[in-house]
Amino acid sequence: MGKNKVYIYKSFERFWHWTQALLIFFLAFTGFEIHGSISFFGYLNAVRYHNIAAYAFIVLIIFAIFWHLSTGEWKQYLPTLEHIRSQIDYYLFGIFRNAPHPTKKTVLSKLNPLQKLVYLGLKILVIPIMVISGLLYMFYRYPQKGGGIAGLNIGSIEPIALIHTFGAFLLITFVIAHLYLITTGTTITSNLRAMITGYEELEETEGDENKSSENSDEVKSPEKKQNIEVETVLVEKEII
Amino acid sequence: MKKIVLVLLLIGLIIFLSVKLLTTENYKPTALSLLEEKYPKKETSSVDHSQFAVLQKKFNTPQEVTEACISCHTERDKEIMRSSHWNWEREEYIAGRGIVDIGKRNAVNNFCIGVEGNEQSCAKCHIGFGMTSTTFSFTDSKNIDCLVCHDNTETYVKGNELAGLPDPSVDLNYVSQHVGKPKRSNCGVCHFFGGGGNNVKHGDLESALFEPSKDVDVHMAVEGADLQCIDCHLTEKHKILGKMYSLSSMNKDRSTCEECHTENPHKEDILNEHTYKVACQACHIPVYAKVNATKTAWDWSTAGKLKNGQPYEEDDADGNHTYLSIKGSFKWGKNLKPEYIWFNGTADHYLLGDVINDTTKPLKINTLNGSYSDKDSKIIPVKIHRAIQPFDPVYKVLIQPKLFADKKGEGAFWQDFDWRRSSAVGMKDVKLPFSGKFSFIKTEMYWPVNHMVSTKDKTVQCNECHSRNNSRLAALTDFYMPARDYSSFVETAGIGIILLTLFGVFVHGTVRVFSSRKRKASPNNQNLSGV
Repeated sequence: MGKNKVYIYKSFERFWHWTQALLIFFLAFTGFEIHGSISFFGYLNAVRYHNIAAYAFIVLIIFAIFWHLSTGEWKQYLPTLEHIRSQIDYYLFGIFRNAPHPTKKTVLSKLNPLQKLVYLGLKILVIPIMVISGLLYMFYRYPQKGGGIAGLNIGSIEPIALIHTFGAFLLITFVIAHLYLITTGTTITSNLRAMITGYEELEETEGDENKSSENSDEVKSPEKKQNIEVETVLVEKEII
Repeated sequence: MKKIVLVLLLIGLIIFLSVKLLTTENYKPTALSLLEEKYPKKETSSVDHSQFAVLQKKFNTPQEVTEACISCHTERDKEIMRSSHWNWEREEYIAGRGIVDIGKRNAVNNFCIGVEGNEQSCAKCHIGFGMTSTTFSFTDSKNIDCLVCHDNTETYVKGNELAGLPDPSVDLNYVSQHVGKPKRSNCGVCHFFGGGGNNVKHGDLESALFEPSKDVDVHMAVEGADLQCIDCHLTEKHKILGKMYSLSSMNKDRSTCEECHTENPHKEDILNEHTYKVACQACHIPVYAKVNATKTAWDWSTAGKLKNGQPYEEDDADGNHTYLSIKGSFKWGKNLKPEYIWFNGTADHYLLGDVINDTTKPLKINTLNGSYSDKDSKIIPVKIHRAIQPFDPVYKVLIQPKLFADKKGEGAFWQDFDWRRSSAVGMKDVKLPFSGKFSFIKTEMYWPVNHMVSTKDKTVQCNECHSRNNSRLAALTDFYMPARDYSSFVETAGIGIILLTLFGVFVHGTVRVFSSRKRKASPNNQNLSGV
């Protein structure tokens, strides 16, 4: 099987990924100072920086949503139950025997079924919950003095704070698992390199030739976008 | 094309938002800068009282001075006679009690307990002449003491135990010719010495405020705005704003910080939002009793010990009494951090004759109402004065003992040192039954701390409250406060999943490392490497 250097992560995607990573780290750090777990910036500064970072994150999310919709990349996250079993089997057994990845990474399908599920969960559950609870945390005061959210009539910041805190724990858990799982690529650093440079060495598949290696920018042809779902290739489990 | 429009719209939105967020508002003078302009302008009197003939004739009694005052200032006496400074009581509505007349005249405290029966001595701080236990006319305007408040010479003093009459040494003509608006010294002679000595009662009102530095009080500082009491305690027709909740009960006629500083005095929104729930004083008075100690505890049960048949006193290193035969033992504190409570502006009081339901708990002499869920409540700083004072264990009421008398044998505790006798006489004076038995009960009194406002740099910092340990608000547990509070369930679950993940990563990673070493060691697998 031949290998090709493929431009898999577009420049905006990488910018989005790394800014998001940085912001999540910073928000967690300042957030846990606000939570009383650590002490570093000073309480007032921690609150200020956390709020600024939160706004930055929201702006980034708006850009990211726009990018996902306009490029059709959102379809990458459509969940599928297909191959989930083999993906789990791979992480539990195959990986130790150096079995190949059960799903093949391509430009049009760069996420394995587990990634699809987890990332979708982040995008439609954890992050929206963090944004909404964060905004309420920021703006909800008791008693409300007028304003649009006065009608909410939340007597206490407690449920908001607890949900926000639990979300933070979930995100930290995700980051730990994510940092570990990116070492399970072809080599330990190949996934990391790909997210930095945009290029990754992928196995060649039919129909891929024109997109490999050279400065291909975007998936331009509309027909190809529609083919995204069918591109997952199952490689048979090999037991050695 | 659509894309381009969308992108342009987005960019436009971002530019609009950032311009809106980043531009500062146009300069307008802040409330504070206007105040700083206003207060250095000192008023000069429009009249010279020393020119008036009516004040030239020789005054033999203080009542003659009052008559002279009223001869020009007609109607002012009627204003005075409506005031609580004169009546020593106010009409108050207390939820659960209805309308009651309450004031010094009939209220109980946990210092010298109460005025009734002891007027001869207590009247040193009444704005009248001749108030004794038995006789005083609250309708005779000649008995108004104008000078104690309006003397600008600082030479007018009331005599000890003279029922409110001035000391015989006072030159009434000289004082009456130099009168004006009340200064800190006029108010301070009584309000700084409540409870029988400097700073005994309030903790934030004491003789250091006659001439304070900025560190002691930023408003009254001589080198600063040098505000007088009535600059904040605004007064019209002898009706003075601001009152102490040791005696008052209703949320009205209060003197507030907001009357000058507005409700949103901070640059930072997050600080302004704190004012929904936190009174200004809570952050801006980090410590009180900054110069001289204040009494924090009073134990009447040890009173009455004599040495060689004589009462005696013991003092601490600063000269504060720690024991007095006539009053018992005391504790003092200096540079104290206030305690904090919720307060909505209304209070209830222990009134003489109220039956104490639970004598095992400290009795609240005054109850400041409030809670987190009450929309009108804010966190305020208080001094809590804790005492052990006499009560009747049979009728379960506090005892108002007879304390003061000018001679032995009348049953006054300060002369005869006999609790049973002074209780019997005292309770008879207030027309309440006494079982003949006495015991002692713990009581608490709540004194809101409002003065000794610190400079900005000494303000209470965020993490003095927002902190897991040693939060100033540790005692207020009826609400969630970031940093102080957490849910042990969320913490355990959150840290649990993190530890489980780390454990999983560790086990998975270890097995990966070992299995790959094994593979490398085994030549059979060479063909599979590098996939």
